[in-house]
Amino acid sequence: MRLGNLHRALLALLLPALLATGCVSEPGAGSTDGASGDEIRVGVLHSLSGTMAISEVTVRDAELLAVEELNAAGGVLGKKLVPVVEDGASDWPTFAEKAQKLISQDRVAAVFGGWTSASRKAMLPVFERNKALLWYPVQYEGLESSPYIFYTGATTNQQIVPALDYLASQGKKRMFLVGSDYVFPRTANKIIKAYAAAKGIEVLGEEYTPLGHTEYSTLVNKISDARPDAVFNTLNGDSNVAFFKQLRGSGITAGTTPVVSVSVAEEEVRGIGPENIAGHLVAWNYYQTTRTPANESFVKAFKAKYGADKVTSDPMEAGYNAVKLWAEAVKKAGTAEVEAVRQASGGIALDAPEGRTTIHGDNQHVAKTARIGVVQPDGQIREVWASDGPIEPDPYLKGYDWASGLS
Amino acid sequence: MSGRISLVLCVVLLAVAPLVLSPFRLGLLAKYLCFAIVAVGIALAWGRGGMLTLGQGVFFGLGGYAMGMHLKLREAGPAGLPDFMVWSGVEELPALWKPSANPVFALAAVVVLPGLVAFLLGLLVFRQRVRGAYFAILSQALAAAFVILLVGRQGLTGGTNGLTNFSRFFALDLTDPGGRRVVYAITAAALVLTYLAVKLVVRSRFGALLVAVRDHEDRVRFLGYDPALVKTITFAASAVVAGLAGALFVPVVGIISPALLGVVPSLELLVGVALGGRFSLAGAVAGAIAVNYAKTLFSEDFPEGWLYLQGGLFVLVLVFAPRGLAGVVEAARDRFRRRPREEVAG
Amino acid sequence: MAALANQLPIGLSIAAVLLLIALGLTFTFGQMGVVNMAHGEFIMVGAYTAYLLQGAVGGQSLLVALPVAFAVAGLLGLLLEWSLIRRFYGRPLDTLLLTWGVSLVLQQLARDVFGAPNVQVTAPAWLVGGVDVLGVRLPHNRVFITALAALCVLGVGLYLAKLPQGRRMRAVVQNRELAACSGIATGRVDRSTFLLGSGLAGVAGVALTLVGPVGPGLGTFYIVDAFLVVVAGGLGRLRGAVLAALALGFLNGYLEFWTDASLAKVLVFVAVIAFLQIRPQGMVALRGRSLG
Repeated sequence: MRLGNLHRALLALLLPALLATGCVSEPGAGSTDGASGDEIRVGVLHSLSGTMAISEVTVRDAELLAVEELNAAGGVLGKKLVPVVEDGASDWPTFAEKAQKLISQDRVAAVFGGWTSASRKAMLPVFERNKALLWYPVQYEGLESSPYIFYTGATTNQQIVPALDYLASQGKKRMFLVGSDYVFPRTANKIIKAYAAAKGIEVLGEEYTPLGHTEYSTLVNKISDARPDAVFNTLNGDSNVAFFKQLRGSGITAGTTPVVSVSVAEEEVRGIGPENIAGHLVAWNYYQTTRTPANESFVKAFKAKYGADKVTSDPMEAGYNAVKLWAEAVKKAGTAEVEAVRQASGGIALDAPEGRTTIHGDNQHVAKTARIGVVQPDGQIREVWASDGPIEPDPYLKGYDWASGLS
Repeated sequence: MSGRISLVLCVVLLAVAPLVLSPFRLGLLAKYLCFAIVAVGIALAWGRGGMLTLGQGVFFGLGGYAMGMHLKLREAGPAGLPDFMVWSGVEELPALWKPSANPVFALAAVVVLPGLVAFLLGLLVFRQRVRGAYFAILSQALAAAFVILLVGRQGLTGGTNGLTNFSRFFALDLTDPGGRRVVYAITAAALVLTYLAVKLVVRSRFGALLVAVRDHEDRVRFLGYDPALVKTITFAASAVVAGLAGALFVPVVGIISPALLGVVPSLELLVGVALGGRFSLAGAVAGAIAVNYAKTLFSEDFPEGWLYLQGGLFVLVLVFAPRGLAGVVEAARDRFRRRPREEVAG
Repeated sequence: MAALANQLPIGLSIAAVLLLIALGLTFTFGQMGVVNMAHGEFIMVGAYTAYLLQGAVGGQSLLVALPVAFAVAGLLGLLLEWSLIRRFYGRPLDTLLLTWGVSLVLQQLARDVFGAPNVQVTAPAWLVGGVDVLGVRLPHNRVFITALAALCVLGVGLYLAKLPQGRRMRAVVQNRELAACSGIATGRVDRSTFLLGSGLAGVAGVALTLVGPVGPGLGTFYIVDAFLVVVAGGLGRLRGAVLAALALGFLNGYLEFWTDASLAKVLVFVAVIAFLQIRPQGMVALRGRSLG
């Protein structure tokens, strides 16, 4: 075969690709606040394909609902919001790439997006480098506070610590930790172990399984053998389905050994099958059943837009809040320009579906009410405990003596 | 002769790109070029050597991490620790990381580490005459195991997050478009040099031997050659190329993580090679660039369609043009020149 | 100590799952040299069949789903063989890529039809819970899967030994050219093998709804493990597949018990590589005069 002459094939392919790349227009060049004429562009960046699409598509839906509601109410500063939706494809470098595209090509005023810690860590340098804003809507492992990220999901002291307080108040003294092998579970378990050491709780075991793992019989056997009072579960995604299905046959019941999950919300309960997880506990800041006037209209609007069989969940609500909080900050600043919005954001409050939530000016997290719920046989979650009002965010756990050795 | 002219034209095109593309698009092109470099190695191992490697992501990753570790240490905080170690609760730099502080060691590791791993694995596998589909499956399992290992040692490797947040590439400032243009130029140069080097190998006596091993291993053995060694060396060479691409990927994209090295990304590396034509180095390069460009295009406008297109491309190319686009071009040219086509074994 | 004893049935049940997912593969791979990367998606088809039937049949749908899933996945396999794979004989590496392409399309198709989130398949009441036998805990669903795997092995064994179609199949596995010379229509045998192999994947899919997630990505969770079993067992050998599944099952169970899930997976892979150093042809090899 005479390879040499095939350079022409290369050329034939490369040339149009290169030309097309160059010809893609770059709209809106010139403005830095996403505003052009009577429009403000905002980016929505979640995984619409790949393994994370399961969860992230619902958050995108909630964010688009918030945009739609703002537009129906006359827009922001009299300008219509135009969402630019991009796909992160469950792939962290793609998140960074798309974030860069939204910032430099679409010149959006803010980006709402991300789910996994890995996707946030991949996007963080892009936003800091470009001095652009990311609103991140999912509970996470804390120990971070970027000036160009707003965190509208819970940090550890608004979800994990209250869950531990709750378990301790129920007299649970022996705990078993189960998690998927990635950053959030490992950090969460580090916090749990520090807490346990200070409060006289015994940690009987700490087990991690690879993401996407589906064989849990050995792990369940280890749990039965250790006889804990409670299991703290930081498994992610599909693994939860396998874990709860296999736990059910083992004789461990919610009555004697409740499992507390921090990554299982209404949407995941459906895939697990409510009968497999009923009676076990979850820890979040919001449930579809949370009783506030704002939630009533949120659930109603969501079902009207996306179908009566849809459920709402904590990350969806946090995404919805992110858009509304940003809009409030823009109104206060009088412009969508990034630095002005950051300056104006401190103290911005919203009567959200989860109740009152306020942006903390220093760390750019929000104050949130912690809630423990029990999964019901119908797949809904019933609140059994809530904190006294919103808890101030403390991503580095500075306010907790037992956590002094953590960061 | 026309081949040389085309090569020159391609080089000119690569040189002109920074002048016409926005920094964002130039960054994307640089990323495609990284994948094109891997494609050159795959075309060598698969097209010439008949070794379908489904674990090329492993070597891409080894190169990427070797480079990433060094860059991370250059930017480390006051305690000399990379950022992820701080939040993973690691207090002292692990011994495995210490040599990476040395730039010469790091640059050597980028190519030596993947090459060495591939060489040892090749020795084990090819000596036992494991080949064809067996080899493909083993290399796939290797990719799966490698990812689990990387993810499970978070304090050492950054876990699923991988290594991110690089602001400098040696003396270059990656936050500055000028610095990124230089990174692009380095990547483009690396592609051209890799291409020429592999081309030399293919045209050499060794290249002929390799094709002979692919087409009839036993006959080559009877002639007194050691086919296992020929395959091992080729496999290692393709791993070195992948490692180089991985190392360049770090400054180009600014991240290296297990998500890039697993079973699926390793298979995706093959799509472009199959499309362009595995028997042709130039075809593989063009295919890799075209496929990754199509991926960007699709995910911007039609994200749900990408899997259909990717899957469909594989099926269509294999059914209708198993030699890829290069094969189509060649057949057309042969018809034009009325020259009989050479037989190629799959 | 009780926990250690508990690992015995657990190892067996892991082996049963591995066997179910790999049984079909070992024949399509062994007889036809087809590395079917879409095998995992046939498992997914079986699982979704169970999901659809529970709406239509109700309570005992799982039992109905077993034969239906066999038929649905089997016919789909037949279609794949007839439309694409038969053009690819003698090009095993190309079939690998081809079927991977098919698997991508099937995954996205499932996502578009059933949605990206997992769906729920409710287990019948008699498969919920478990019993204690001599201090060893046996969950009902695990017992069921193990019994199903044994039944499948028995069925395939009988098919190969007693039925003329099965004997023809063995003949083709052992020597395709000679079988063709003896008047066996190898094309027809290939199609029936593919039907059987894909059908078994469908059955596995139904069984897996008892213990795992049911979603578009289902196949990807199992495919690598399935191939490891096939490679370790030896091509196209029923006995090899059973032995390899048992070995990997117990190895997995005990290694995970003593270490952790991640390390166990890596160690199992290392064990397979090491084993292939000793027996490159797998546990039960065909005797032949090939130099390979």
